[in-house]
Amino acid sequence: MWKWLHPYAKAERAYKLCNTLLPYFAVVTVVSMIVGWAWGLGFAPADYQQKDSYRIIFIHVPSAILSMGAYSSMAIAAIVALVWQLRNAELAVIAIAPVGACMTAIALITGAAWGKPMWGAWWVWDARLTSELILLFLYLGVISLYHAFEDKKSAGRAASILAIVGVINLPIIHFSVEWWNTLHQGASITKFNTNAVDPSMFWPLMVNILAFAAFVGTVTLIRLKNEILQREKHRPWVRQLLNRG
Amino acid sequence: MQFDSFSDFIAMGGYGFYVWLSFGTCALILLGILVSSLRDTKRIMASVEQQIVREERIKQAKQEQAS
Repeated sequence: MWKWLHPYAKAERAYKLCNTLLPYFAVVTVVSMIVGWAWGLGFAPADYQQKDSYRIIFIHVPSAILSMGAYSSMAIAAIVALVWQLRNAELAVIAIAPVGACMTAIALITGAAWGKPMWGAWWVWDARLTSELILLFLYLGVISLYHAFEDKKSAGRAASILAIVGVINLPIIHFSVEWWNTLHQGASITKFNTNAVDPSMFWPLMVNILAFAAFVGTVTLIRLKNEILQREKHRPWVRQLLNRG
Repeated sequence: MQFDSFSDFIAMGGYGFYVWLSFGTCALILLGILVSSLRDTKRIMASVEQQIVREERIKQAKQEQAS
C-alpha cells in the first residue's frame, strides 16, 4: 500500500488527483441532488401520520449521516497525518472540517424545523440533539485550533489530535437513542432487515444520501486543492498552472 | 406528482413554513460553502499571479539599474 500511496504524498500529484476526481463528484452531486430533492418534495407519498412535514427527512437524515461520516473521514486523515507525518493528510483534515460543520448545522436546523410541528418545540436538551450539538462544537474547535497557530505544522498536529479525541462523540451520537430515554426516534434505515421504511420513501432517501455524500466529496476536493495551492504557492508547478490558462 | 396544483405544493399540506424553512436554509448553507470555496481558489491564484508580476517588475528594475 505504501508503494502505491507514496506518490500522492507529493503535493503536485495530490493536486492532480483532486482535479481528476472533481468532475465525477460534481456530476454525481448535481444529478442526484436534483433527482433527490424533486423526488422527495414532489413525488414521494405523504406520511400517514406526519403528512407532508416528514419530507424534511430527505435532507435531515442525509446531513446527519454525513456530519458523522465527514467526521470519521477527518479523524482517519488525522491519524494518517500524525502517524505517517503526511502533510497532505493534515491538509485534508482542515479541508473536511468546514464541510462537516455545515452538514452538522443543516442537521440541527432541519431537525429544529421538524421538531417544532411534531414535538411542539424547536429544541429540547435531548441526548441525540445535545451530542449532535457537541459535534458542531468539535468541528468549530478543530477549525479554530488550526487557525490559532501561526506555525502551520503545530497547527495541523493540534487540530489532528483534537479531531481524534472527538471520535468518542460518534458512538455517543449513534447510540444516544438507545442508551438514553430520548424524544428522538431510533434508527430506521440502518436496520435493513426490519423494512421500517417503505420503498417509496426509502429510495428517494437513498438518492439524497448519495447526493449529500457526493456534495461533501466535491467541496472537500475543492478545499483540499485550495489548501495545497496555498502551501505550495511559491513552487514552480503552481506557477505553471497559470501559464496554461 | 403528489400535489394537484402548484399552490398545494407550496402549502405542503399546511406544513409549508417548516418544510421550506428546512430546504431553504439547507440550500443556502450548501451554496454558501460551495461558493466560498470556489472564491478561495480564485483568490489564491490571483495572489500567485500578482507575485509573478511583482517579481518580473523587480527583475526589470534591476536590469535597468545595471545598464
